[in-house]
Amino acid sequence: MILVGVALLVWGLGWWVNTRLAEGPRAQSRAMQLLVPVIFGATILLVWELLVRGLQVPLVILPAPSLIAQRFAGSLPILWADFVQTILKGALGGYVIGCAAAFATAILVDRSDFLRRGLLPVGNFLAALPIVGTAPILVMWFGFDWHSKAAVVVVMVFFPVLVNTVAGLNETSAMQRDQMRTYAAGYWQSFFKLRLPAAMPFIFNGLKIATTLALVGAIVAEFFGSPTVGMGFRISASVGQLALDMVWAEIVVAALAGSLFYGLVAMIEKAVTFWHPSQRS
Amino acid sequence: MRSVLPVLSVVAMILGLWYAACLPMNIKGVLTEAERAGATVTPEGGKARRDMSEFALLVANGFAIPATWAQERPRLPAPHQVAIELWDTTVMKKITSKRSLVYHGWVTLSATLLGFVIGTGLGILLAIGIVHSRVMDMSVMPWAIVSQTIPIIALAPMIIVVLYSIGVQGIVPKAVISAYLSFFPVVVGMVKGLRSPDAMQLDLLRTYNASNGQGFWKLRLPASMPYLFASLKIGVAASLVGAIVGELPTGAVSGLGARLLAGSYYGQTVQIWSALFAAAILAAVLVGVLGLIETRVLKRMGMT
Repeated sequence: MILVGVALLVWGLGWWVNTRLAEGPRAQSRAMQLLVPVIFGATILLVWELLVRGLQVPLVILPAPSLIAQRFAGSLPILWADFVQTILKGALGGYVIGCAAAFATAILVDRSDFLRRGLLPVGNFLAALPIVGTAPILVMWFGFDWHSKAAVVVVMVFFPVLVNTVAGLNETSAMQRDQMRTYAAGYWQSFFKLRLPAAMPFIFNGLKIATTLALVGAIVAEFFGSPTVGMGFRISASVGQLALDMVWAEIVVAALAGSLFYGLVAMIEKAVTFWHPSQRS
Repeated sequence: MRSVLPVLSVVAMILGLWYAACLPMNIKGVLTEAERAGATVTPEGGKARRDMSEFALLVANGFAIPATWAQERPRLPAPHQVAIELWDTTVMKKITSKRSLVYHGWVTLSATLLGFVIGTGLGILLAIGIVHSRVMDMSVMPWAIVSQTIPIIALAPMIIVVLYSIGVQGIVPKAVISAYLSFFPVVVGMVKGLRSPDAMQLDLLRTYNASNGQGFWKLRLPASMPYLFASLKIGVAASLVGAIVGELPTGAVSGLGARLLAGSYYGQTVQIWSALFAAAILAAVLVGVLGLIETRVLKRMGMT
């Protein structure tokens, strides 16, 4: 009971500190923008730990953060093997192939106005569908190993990237294209000098959406069959053994991998589209 | 209207590719079956055919081409096979039957809708809190944005099992997964929407001596509607995915996810494809209905 009381106290304290900081004079500074969410996150972890201990929540419902951290540190080799299998091979492999295929298709489609008008609605429609459902089919075709996971990822990332790229290549105004024509620029010259740079914000929007989809696809596809390694496999197997600390450790890995992957793409975006208003503010 | 013809031709192209893909995908299975039934196949014996390319087999056995579109358990069923299966399991079966896709679709849809309503409601509430409180904005908003980059669906199996172990089962666990998948897109979109009125408009309300509440109901909420609908459409699609994935780990017996899983266990490819299309149609209908409501509402509000 004492621990529960402490938990409430910690919560109140964390909130009070954050209120002071957020209402304070230096609230707009960069350090504060970072500090406040960090304090909030730390408070939640602390309250979680105290509540789990104070109320003696059994492990099969919610393990304490300290237990998860322990498990995480204790099974680094397993987690690394799973990470390599699911993220590096399945998700990243599929992501690269899928995005490249979508990009190539977009350039093909872009040359014909007829195709573009037909493909955009169809692509938008397909991008909204529950494509994860193709996982059992692709697992049947490509076997249990990471190839089938990469295939699921290819299908999942293809349409968002395609639609965004086609929309982006359409972004230049008639005036700008006319100017390229007055320079006697050919198709590829005006493509590389004008239309591709102008499309970059859209393309990166698609690429960023696709990072999350890639991880979702690679993990969910493993629920339909996988070798005895991989994050999705480990999650479903550990859930079966009620080893929830392992499940949470895998979720931590997934969260870290997801934010890293997204952050990486966002960093490349920043370098490539430095000229865009959204990056200059 | 201008794009009807292009869309139709793109769809026709996809169907054509699909039929063409059936040939190499299914030819080996077809030849094995044909040989077992006593037909002469070149070359004879499964062993001789194993290492041959699918295209060489097609050229050598032209008679088998129609059969690649009519197998019972093909690797890739032809479009018409899927369409017939869909028709058989939706219209021709009683909807109470365990083999009716309407029944399975309803099981998934009810969880989706329940979760969607909960997730959207909570998401809107949190967004209102974020817009009106600086502390909440600075503490919660970064986490809400980060959470969009992580595959939260990995939590699904655990949620099902944990809720099961404390005695909650049936529709609720799936709805919980649906709810948290639709929650974050709605929070982020709604915060953007509630912030969309510019300083000029907010100042105008201040000159009217409007209270915070009045400012919310008369300016912020109406201004957020386009953003809300955009994120609702994303949210409902995510909810459906959540409900389907939520049916996988427990070995549920009903629902579209269960149909997918059962089909993959027993090699019933036509069943997998029809469940997949049922899910796709469901998603399209849900997004379409929201789109209709959106145009209606925005038109009544004079925003389009």
